[in-house]
Amino acid sequence: MTVIKSFTAALMIGFAGLVASPALAELTLRFTDGVIEPMPFAVPDFIDEGGSGDLARDISRVVAADLAGTGLFTETPAEAYISRVTSFDAPVAYADWQAINTQALITGAVQAGGDRIVVKFRLYDVFTGEPLGDGLQFAGTPQSWRRMAHKVADAVYSRITGEGPYFDSRVVYVAESGPKNQRQKRLGVMDYDGANVQYLTDSSSIVLAPRFSPTGDRILFTSYASGFPAVYLMDVGSLKTRNLGELPGTMTFAPRFSPDGGTVVFSLEKGGNTDIYSMDIGSGNLNQLTNAPSIETSPSFSPDGSKIVFESDRSGTQQIYMMGAGGGEPVRVSGGKGRYSTPVWSPRGDMIAFTKQNEGRFHIGVMLTDGGEERLLTASFLDEGPTWAPNGRVIMFTRESAGASGQAQLFSVDITGRNLKQIVTEGPSSDPAWSPLLP
Amino acid sequence: MSLLPKILILVAALGLAACKNPDRYGAGGAGGAGGTGGAGGLNGSGIDVNGLGDPSDPRSIAYFNQSVGDRILFPVDQATLTAEARGVLAGQAGWLATNADYAIIIEGHADEQGTREYNLALGARRAAAVQDFLISQGVGANRMRTISYGKERPIEVCSTESCYAKNRRAVTVLSLGAGA
Repeated sequence: MTVIKSFTAALMIGFAGLVASPALAELTLRFTDGVIEPMPFAVPDFIDEGGSGDLARDISRVVAADLAGTGLFTETPAEAYISRVTSFDAPVAYADWQAINTQALITGAVQAGGDRIVVKFRLYDVFTGEPLGDGLQFAGTPQSWRRMAHKVADAVYSRITGEGPYFDSRVVYVAESGPKNQRQKRLGVMDYDGANVQYLTDSSSIVLAPRFSPTGDRILFTSYASGFPAVYLMDVGSLKTRNLGELPGTMTFAPRFSPDGGTVVFSLEKGGNTDIYSMDIGSGNLNQLTNAPSIETSPSFSPDGSKIVFESDRSGTQQIYMMGAGGGEPVRVSGGKGRYSTPVWSPRGDMIAFTKQNEGRFHIGVMLTDGGEERLLTASFLDEGPTWAPNGRVIMFTRESAGASGQAQLFSVDITGRNLKQIVTEGPSSDPAWSPLLP
Repeated sequence: MSLLPKILILVAALGLAACKNPDRYGAGGAGGAGGTGGAGGLNGSGIDVNGLGDPSDPRSIAYFNQSVGDRILFPVDQATLTAEARGVLAGQAGWLATNADYAIIIEGHADEQGTREYNLALGARRAAAVQDFLISQGVGANRMRTISYGKERPIEVCSTESCYAKNRRAVTVLSLGAGA
């Protein structure tokens, strides 16, 4: 049994903890402090094989940051290295890496020429003295160097953990400025780690809760651009934006794409009552999915497109319900104490992330799709609006602090409740929505 | 030398964008008279530019805001009108009957103790409750529109009940002429 395999086993025990615990809500918070032994890894500076200059080192630094940022790995500092890696193809001095207790070694090299860079890497299991998988090579423009670093880190992460990749992804969110009673909001998009920010709108209108299409080419969001809140659809490439449906006298909000990207589900308010509708984007045909005097909002499709999970206060408080993609009688999913809202179906299909309010605190949590195995991952004055990483392992959300100077920030947490951390952004930020894994 | 025309074009473009944008809160800096949520004084946003008038003039917006009362408050997570709220709204209806030139936008707001999307729906419920009551008191439905700001525009910024109570509100915002 290799060290790497035993690490994988340790990780699986963590998952088992998620599914097993009968005492759920209370125990789960303690998991935030729970420690698993992170796996030591080393990423010696990638070799410059010509023309890449500092880029080789920069790429290896992003790889290291991705891996260490999961909380599952810890980097062995370069000062501890015994041997130097001077050539990508030289044999690995396993004993030197074993001696400093590094378990995973990542070597790489970068070539640059013209408008193209090539990044290659290999991953080694230091204690078995074997490569873990084949070497891989990525090619792209110099501007996309961070994406190539994320691709390397994704491959390493997936090989070691058995989980799907997620570092090469983007997040659309609302960038905020100004005082609490006059907040300015605009849409921003960034790499999953907060780098490469671009702004998609100005702050002339309030914008809320953007969501990526399943291929990342379009964004749905709510805007007050017309003076009244309505759902808009933006093409990410051209930034061309249109009101999804002019429905005078109504408010539309809380949009989300279907898994095939052809349909939008959203809330439509008329005369004070909010129900869930779907619209075929091509034809504009509207279909009412719920019909109740209560508030029905925050719909989210199952990954197979057959069901919709949403929140409703039909019982008197916000709770999570499920119905068919075409509507029908909803079944209540949430069963614990408090209010449950903003359900989002995991991309793996196995769980629902949600916001919970109970006894004056907000939580982000996950539960099985039948409402079982509820597990709260966070607790604060105001946490809301979870979004899933493409691999269904990590959740990003909005955390807002209290008081006159209160500000919104983006945080992420592992679905085990570990590795809670802030995503550092240029300014206050809210309403993150994770893209799919980039191609 | 080439910079100046670009700036002028940019300013012109911003002005144009603002003119098309009746979002009183969205336009930079247009918070409305001291953030009271009242109408008027929004030069630059291109809409809802109404003199508040003299509060001693019983036909003025200022009189409506201050003496009739432009807003009512709601209990936590509710859109039902309290007896006090009904009293204020009855006063509004009476005033609106004799001041028929004003168009009306009813804003619904929520405090920050709730999720963003639910609070949008809750704000809409509150605005609709006010609209329904005003209709029942004889105010023409065609003079009124509702808008929800959810928890996006608190007027009080502390995170205690004393502030929350003032943020759970519906505000009747008047403008002259131009169909709201």
